[in-house]
Amino acid sequence: MKRRIGAHEHRAREAAGRDAAIADVSRRNFLTGVAVAGAVTTVASPPANAATQAGEPGAAGARRPSALPPSTHVAAKETAPPQELSRIKGVAGSDFMVDVIKTLDIKYLPANPASSFRGLHESLIDYGGNKMPEFLTCMHEESAVGMAHGYFKAAGNPLMTLCHGTVGMQHASMAIYNAWCDRVPVIVVGGNDLDAAHRPPGVPTIHSAQDINALVRDFTKWDDTPFSLQHFAQSFIRAYKIAMTPPYGPVAISLDAGLQQEPITSNGEKLYIPRYVPTSPPQGDSAAVKEAARLLANAQNPVIVVDRAARSENGIRLVVELAEALQAQVVDLDGRLNFPNTHYLRRAPSAVNNADVIIGMELTDYWGTVNAWIDNGEHGIGVNTSKIKPDTKLISISSVDLNTKSNYQDLQRFQVVDVQMAADAEATLPALIEAVKAQIPNERKALIEKRGEAARKAFAEAKDRARAEAALAWDASPISTARMAMEIWAQIKDLDWSLVSSSGIGNHWPNRLWRMEKHYQWLGLSGGYGVGYGAPAAVGAALANRDLGRFSVNIQADGDLMYAPGVLWTAARHNIALLTVMLNNRGYHQEVMHVQRLASFRNRVASLGKDMGPIGTSIQNPDIEYHKLAESMGWWAKGPIKDPADLGPALKEAVAVVRSGQPALVNVWTQPR
Amino acid sequence: MRCARFVALIALAAGLVTGGGALAASAEKGRTAYIRHGCWQCHGFEGQGASSGAKLAPNPIAIEAFTAFVRTTAGRMPPYSEAILSNEDLADIYAYLQSVPKPADAKSIPVLNQ
Repeated sequence: MKRRIGAHEHRAREAAGRDAAIADVSRRNFLTGVAVAGAVTTVASPPANAATQAGEPGAAGARRPSALPPSTHVAAKETAPPQELSRIKGVAGSDFMVDVIKTLDIKYLPANPASSFRGLHESLIDYGGNKMPEFLTCMHEESAVGMAHGYFKAAGNPLMTLCHGTVGMQHASMAIYNAWCDRVPVIVVGGNDLDAAHRPPGVPTIHSAQDINALVRDFTKWDDTPFSLQHFAQSFIRAYKIAMTPPYGPVAISLDAGLQQEPITSNGEKLYIPRYVPTSPPQGDSAAVKEAARLLANAQNPVIVVDRAARSENGIRLVVELAEALQAQVVDLDGRLNFPNTHYLRRAPSAVNNADVIIGMELTDYWGTVNAWIDNGEHGIGVNTSKIKPDTKLISISSVDLNTKSNYQDLQRFQVVDVQMAADAEATLPALIEAVKAQIPNERKALIEKRGEAARKAFAEAKDRARAEAALAWDASPISTARMAMEIWAQIKDLDWSLVSSSGIGNHWPNRLWRMEKHYQWLGLSGGYGVGYGAPAAVGAALANRDLGRFSVNIQADGDLMYAPGVLWTAARHNIALLTVMLNNRGYHQEVMHVQRLASFRNRVASLGKDMGPIGTSIQNPDIEYHKLAESMGWWAKGPIKDPADLGPALKEAVAVVRSGQPALVNVWTQPR
Repeated sequence: MRCARFVALIALAAGLVTGGGALAASAEKGRTAYIRHGCWQCHGFEGQGASSGAKLAPNPIAIEAFTAFVRTTAGRMPPYSEAILSNEDLADIYAYLQSVPKPADAKSIPVLNQ
């Protein structure tokens, strides 16, 4: 039996600080044999009778019109499984791919199985032992990418996924776009059978393309199509490196089926695996940092706006340090948890209105931060108004400035700023903090301290207002979203909890009323606002949290779940503990309001049909029984809960189930928002 | 032009309140109208408000301002003309909003103060 070199051996060589030459003796002996190479060529040739079967008129009798029904023989050919490739001896190329993948310590691989990557699939589970990465069975490619998306935000490490050629990549594309917009790394490997002359005919050929990466090229940071195993090794390490350099983002590799299945061949070169060395994140230019510090240090009312500024616990600490140095109000736009919501300097977005200097860090939409757009213009065109004073100075730090593409419009409207740094905010903050501290004039220090006293008072008042708003409709049925949020909070507040997803809840109740101080307690939204993100991202983040000993809770919009509810099965199948609380408002409420708005503008009564919302926007008649749906896929579930008095006890039961290691769902009938 | 319309609406609203029995408002009918006309979609079933729409109840604003706003708003909410929302329905909706009871003091709700 031939000895295989595994990933541990590669890593040991990597640890020695050099690229590892890994084509072992047994593999080389087999692969370099001319006779064997010839044998491969021989067995890969078409069967001797192929030409006859395919087209020679004489072989199957007289030529027949194509419109006639197929003969038994033809029908059998069309419906039978594709003809297998001939058996090939030697070490499969996909085994080497597994060796490459294992050097990067990728823990999981959520994917839906498919023929175009069967070579790699088999190597992963049999040669690779289904560890690092472990294959997780998914029921939709969008779920797989969504899981990787959520996982990264909770764990800080990326996952890879496998997609099946044309169809799998199309299924995955929406989730890839979400990852792109949310600046999250995902390594997408698409199986694709490039050799049109030798790939199986029929369905596998329909599922092949010249360039499957073209589907997602507009919203991936980089992609490649390796033509050799050595090329794969370079591509995969490069893809990981690019994905993990801020601004993070998804990458794609099209993986030829033949390259996976054929044995390792050698032209005399030794295969090696490049060493992964992380790229340092880009820092702001020192002159720009100094100018930004000067503006902030001398401002009367500086405001810090953050969206995806903090990538880690340290990022939060740095934003706090900058804010406290200036006693500046902080607006967290919730792309991540950038700033504790328990800190007295935290403010609502309207804080920008009176600012004289605003620094925006990793903002998705700078224009929308300092301007308002109201969808209520005279001729169907929205009305623009500025939120800020005309002489307000604007500073921007954003790594996304380094990663621009043309087609998809996630760049938002163009906003002129006074100091713009194409740089990573978290990496730039230490220099900026130091510069700010150095530039605060002595005579301003007392004034700055005074700003802090006023901020403490305003923060306490804002908390009281939030509680008073939450008390409205407290006992209503359907249950208010504030009541639901606080009943959940009552059950989890003493745990090491993580809100893994929160789709559809109005007024951001958890962000306003729960205590959020750690980066994993709020993971942000989808990025691309593609519906269907919430459920898979929650499962992916819960997977990360399971390994880190955290309790995961998901507030789940009903419409979002129904895009691909099969991810519930994946959670049960792989023992991913997660509390999902359905925000079941029985409609697509964003769209409810759009149709209602247009009807009113046009002086018409919106037609409701048999539903409560305009036709086409409700999810009722029949009502979906999400608790039964979840139960059918192995979850503990309860519902529908319509009486607010029943909610606390149901959640208590569910939390106990989740703490025992199983997923649980509580179906709650809620107010619309 | 808009100003003149606003004055006329205030006059109308005053009529809704003081004009006698013909337009006597019904909170019960108002809840039905509130749902049928889609008010609940942004403001919640109890008029409690949300990120999508302002709080309407309890203690709705004065009917004059309420009526003027509904008919002429240029903000996030689309205007509702009389052709699609009758004066009678509007009066009933207002009566419904007036009937929404005051909530308990937030400080008295244990779950809200953890």
